Amino acid sequence: MIVEIGHYALVLALALAIVQALVPLYGAIRGDGPLMAVAQPAAVVQFLLVALSFVALTHAHVVSDFSVVNVFENSHSLKPLIYKFSGVWGNHEGSMLLWVLILALFGATVALFSRGMPDDLRALVLAVQSWVSAAFLLFVLLTSNPFARLDPAPLEGRDLNPLLQDPGLAIHPPLLYIGYVGFSITFSFAAAALISGRIDAAWARYIRPWTLGAWIFLTLGIAMGSYWAYYTLGWGGFWFWDPVENASLMPWLAGTALLHSAAVMEKRDALKIWTIFLAILAFSLSLLGTFLVRSGVLTSVHSFASDPQRGVFILGILVFFIGGSLALFAFRATALKPGGIFAPVSREGALVFNNLLLTTSCATVFIGTLYPLALEAVTGEKISVGAPFFNLTFGPLFIPIILAMPFGQMLAWKRGDLLGAAQRLVLAVAIGVAGMIVLEALRGGPVMPAILAGLALYLMVGSFVEIYGRLRGARTIGNMVSRALGLPRSAWGTALAHAGVGITLFGLAATGWGVERIVTVKPGEPVAVGPYEVVVRELAPRDGSNFKELVAHTEIREGGRVIAEMDPSRRSFTTRTMVRTEAGIVTLGAGGQIYMNIADVRVDGAIDLRLYWKPYVALIWLGCLIMSLGGLLSLSDRRLRIGVAQRASVRPQAAPAE
Amino acid sequence: MTRKGRRLVLIASALAVIGVAAGLALFAFRDGVVFFVTPSELAEKTANLSPQARMRIGGLVQPGSVQKADERHVSFAITDNQTDVKVIYTGLLPDLFREGQGVVAEGQLINGVFRADSVLAKHDEKYMPREVADSLKQKGVWNDGSGPKDK
Repeated sequence: MIVEIGHYALVLALALAIVQALVPLYGAIRGDGPLMAVAQPAAVVQFLLVALSFVALTHAHVVSDFSVVNVFENSHSLKPLIYKFSGVWGNHEGSMLLWVLILALFGATVALFSRGMPDDLRALVLAVQSWVSAAFLLFVLLTSNPFARLDPAPLEGRDLNPLLQDPGLAIHPPLLYIGYVGFSITFSFAAAALISGRIDAAWARYIRPWTLGAWIFLTLGIAMGSYWAYYTLGWGGFWFWDPVENASLMPWLAGTALLHSAAVMEKRDALKIWTIFLAILAFSLSLLGTFLVRSGVLTSVHSFASDPQRGVFILGILVFFIGGSLALFAFRATALKPGGIFAPVSREGALVFNNLLLTTSCATVFIGTLYPLALEAVTGEKISVGAPFFNLTFGPLFIPIILAMPFGQMLAWKRGDLLGAAQRLVLAVAIGVAGMIVLEALRGGPVMPAILAGLALYLMVGSFVEIYGRLRGARTIGNMVSRALGLPRSAWGTALAHAGVGITLFGLAATGWGVERIVTVKPGEPVAVGPYEVVVRELAPRDGSNFKELVAHTEIREGGRVIAEMDPSRRSFTTRTMVRTEAGIVTLGAGGQIYMNIADVRVDGAIDLRLYWKPYVALIWLGCLIMSLGGLLSLSDRRLRIGVAQRASVRPQAAPAE
Repeated sequence: MTRKGRRLVLIASALAVIGVAAGLALFAFRDGVVFFVTPSELAEKTANLSPQARMRIGGLVQPGSVQKADERHVSFAITDNQTDVKVIYTGLLPDLFREGQGVVAEGQLINGVFRADSVLAKHDEKYMPREVADSLKQKGVWNDGSGPKDK
């Protein structure tokens, strides 16, 4: 019964979405207030209906109702409770339902928190948003119904793919989806601006919190996915330039560019058309990512099952929205009043430079990801474009971005002083170069890690030079603290986010100093790895709820003293007869990690081990956390708070007409 | 600087960045791209392969072909049930590596033996590298319901 209610709620949500897509749009074009006012309650109720449907599916999973195909195929009565919850989106149908849920959630949020916005803009945004949700609701109902029944109901389920039975599944997909789908709002704003033909600095102010929010979650989602791959795949890799990962990186790059170009638009009323284009691009790339992952054109852990019908449907959605919005863009962009052009050496000039490099690097990722698919479709030849391609193209484009980042913070709007900025960055450059030399002298080996680490140090220090400059005049410490607190939070946000990039880069650079050992040992036999010694004490079997495992109780020693312990294991899942290894990971000073994985246990009790010492590796993900924290600080800045936007919109327009 | 001059700077720098990116991409495509072949295709092509060419071969692990010289030196054969290629690999095999299952090896062909530097196995019992599944279908050794036919 509950399952049928969920299904019915989803059908109702679709009907409502169609109403919400058409009525406010018509109202906005006709200037009819009551028709536009339909949008807000419709968006809220649509969310409630999808939420009800999601709760119904969750209920079926939690009570292990195997009469539902989705539950039967992906659950097991003995599965731990947390995976019964997260297993809801650990399959194609459920994950699409989560997608729609977040889409509706964003629609409802706009409806509820947009008091300062002009009525017609709000109505148009919600209408466009509802076009997207109607399309995806239709997709879920027609091709991926999570509520399909099975008669007679089986007694036991097939269990969830063991690779997905991990706390990462509870966190990674929701974060990533909030990020992906968050760009739907900026897309809707862009389409609304194109339909209404009006766009100004206030528009840029409206989209900024949404862009920032989506960006924060996307950053966290990508970082979480990468850490999950790192600890679960068993050989310590964390980024594979796999198409599925690229699919999440591309919207991130476009979103980062959008964040920066929207700042220019807000402050200088310039780059309007470009910002609209980026808003369309960011969501188009999110849709492309959904297509790549969900359609079955790629096989990976992410594509739970492939069904050509689904692929064609998502492709249809993709073509409709990308094609439609770009056509709208082509027809209407000329109607928008263009902004001014500005000096190359200025804050806005630096942001344009940033945009240029980010979008170009995004384009290289795009080519590397889609070229193999296109080639195969056209000639049938199968190629794989791997890490060497991306390292060669993406790397050289990112280095100038990193060099320019502290400069961008330092340059003034309108007219910057490049030489002055360079003088103030002398300290950061000096620390970077010194770090490079010291690290190379200490570590030896190839120079590339040291160069990148020096670059990272330069960025970390350089990110705070601007803030330091603002505090330098303070006489007492108390004065300095009050000045620091008085700075706009977005200034701190920028500094933190930029420093976060530096921290991540340092972690990436340090992978070059890692130590890898592949050995076969008997319990009690010590293995040296990096500055430490690792000893497997004993090998013991242990029973889990739906698996059995062999645990290697292991000690890590430094200079003969035990400093840490870990319990890596090999798990055998009974239902799917599949083995998964649980790596043992211990973080020691400065984010370095010992990583151990049991590759095989022989009959005579000898163990094949993969052992790694990865100095500073945790900084990769710590940096991403700090980037998100910077985003969060910016988001809490006074000028982005709700309600301020209206006052700001009456600000005189600065741009001269061409 | 005049308006025209500023616009020129913008356009010139855009072209420069895009030009550099295109150059890098073309350069990287020469070395960074790896072709995927089946054992049969490899046998056909052997004659006109440059000795340094990296490639991926995919197929099934020939049952009974896996030999471990010592803990880290493994040899096995990849087959598409028509032709097979001997592969030698130094390192630990993935958890899911099993005889009769789908596998992709990446490396170079040297004197008729494929020296792999990475070996990928399938993720679960349903999953098989798509290239492998496709080529098995082409060779008619695939049942839609159950995956590879038992022979």
